[in-house]
Amino acid sequence: MSQWQNFTKGFLKENPVFILLLGLCPTLGVTTTAINGLGMGLATTFVLVMSNIVISLIKGLIPDKVRIPSFIVVIAAFVTVVDLVMAGYLPTLHEQLGIFIPLIVVNCIVLGRAEAFASKNTFVTSMIDGFGMGLGFTLAVVTLGAIREALGAGAIFGFKFISGDAILIFAMAPGAFIVLGYLIAIVNKMNKGVK
Amino acid sequence: MKYILLIISAVLVNNIVLTQFLGICPFLGVSKRLSTAVGMGGAVLFVMTLATIVTYLIQNYILVPMGIEFMQTVVYILIIAALVQMVELILKKVSPALYQALGVFLPLITTNCAILGVAILVIRKEYNLMESTVFAIANAIGFTLALIIFSGIREKLELLDVPQAMKGTPIALIIAGLLALAFMGFAGIV
Repeated sequence: MSQWQNFTKGFLKENPVFILLLGLCPTLGVTTTAINGLGMGLATTFVLVMSNIVISLIKGLIPDKVRIPSFIVVIAAFVTVVDLVMAGYLPTLHEQLGIFIPLIVVNCIVLGRAEAFASKNTFVTSMIDGFGMGLGFTLAVVTLGAIREALGAGAIFGFKFISGDAILIFAMAPGAFIVLGYLIAIVNKMNKGVK
Repeated sequence: MKYILLIISAVLVNNIVLTQFLGICPFLGVSKRLSTAVGMGGAVLFVMTLATIVTYLIQNYILVPMGIEFMQTVVYILIIAALVQMVELILKKVSPALYQALGVFLPLITTNCAILGVAILVIRKEYNLMESTVFAIANAIGFTLALIIFSGIREKLELLDVPQAMKGTPIALIIAGLLALAFMGFAGIV
């Protein structure tokens, strides 16, 4: 597999949200608007890339039995970094994402890539994998956020294109489940069509 | 009265799965059978209550006095992982019957974001120890309730003719959406 394929596999073919169904809690929880989705996506990408780099570098030093707790500590350290940086420079976004920032630690995508990829591959490949997967996740949450914002508030990235109220239910909890369900169904259909 | 309101709010109005989006992975993963849903609910009730009490004590008696609250995420996740392992070992020794029932679900719980989520939420909401414990129990009941209703519907769903692309997760998510819609009817009773 070339590095380019390694980079792009996360976008659609192995998209963490649409195909692997990982990390659904933040996907559903923070996507009330496209901006929130983007913030969450980039925060997760940063954690993914950094933890993949560190784990691929120290994989030889960790005894096999304690590898999962060690991975979690590395991930938690980077999540704390994101949490503090965001609280300092982007306080409104930090407020909006709330509890989902510390919860990046239990996002199955991050631990999944550490265990399935970074613990077996070299530093450069792992970094590219983390970046590709992170962008795939970002793509998924921004799409979901944009659809929910368009239907629920009549706006995209904060720019209103219809005046007055829209279909409010899409900005609330039920809308998240329903829109994601249809998106996954569409991706399934597309993948079948390609084959 | 305060505690009753807290329980109703956590179980019905702000249901942890259907309105807070915590613990979606086990919600979708182990909801295919009613029996596994009950087992998972029991395991979550046990670990969530224990984890919330322990992390609450650690927060207030170690992290805050030493001024290292920024270590919260790292410390909490390690405590939860260790706690789950410990519960597993103790159950195996003390009550093999209970271990049989809950055993397979315990390792999955470490990465259940509902556990870490509730532990962090009680700190953010500034609850005291008693309120935190009640809050954790109520949230676990809310999780179990949503899981049981959902698995009941999914068992029926297997007999239905669903379009090919919608099979599995997509239709499950849409049903979860409808359930969330139903739970929105509880908004305003507290």
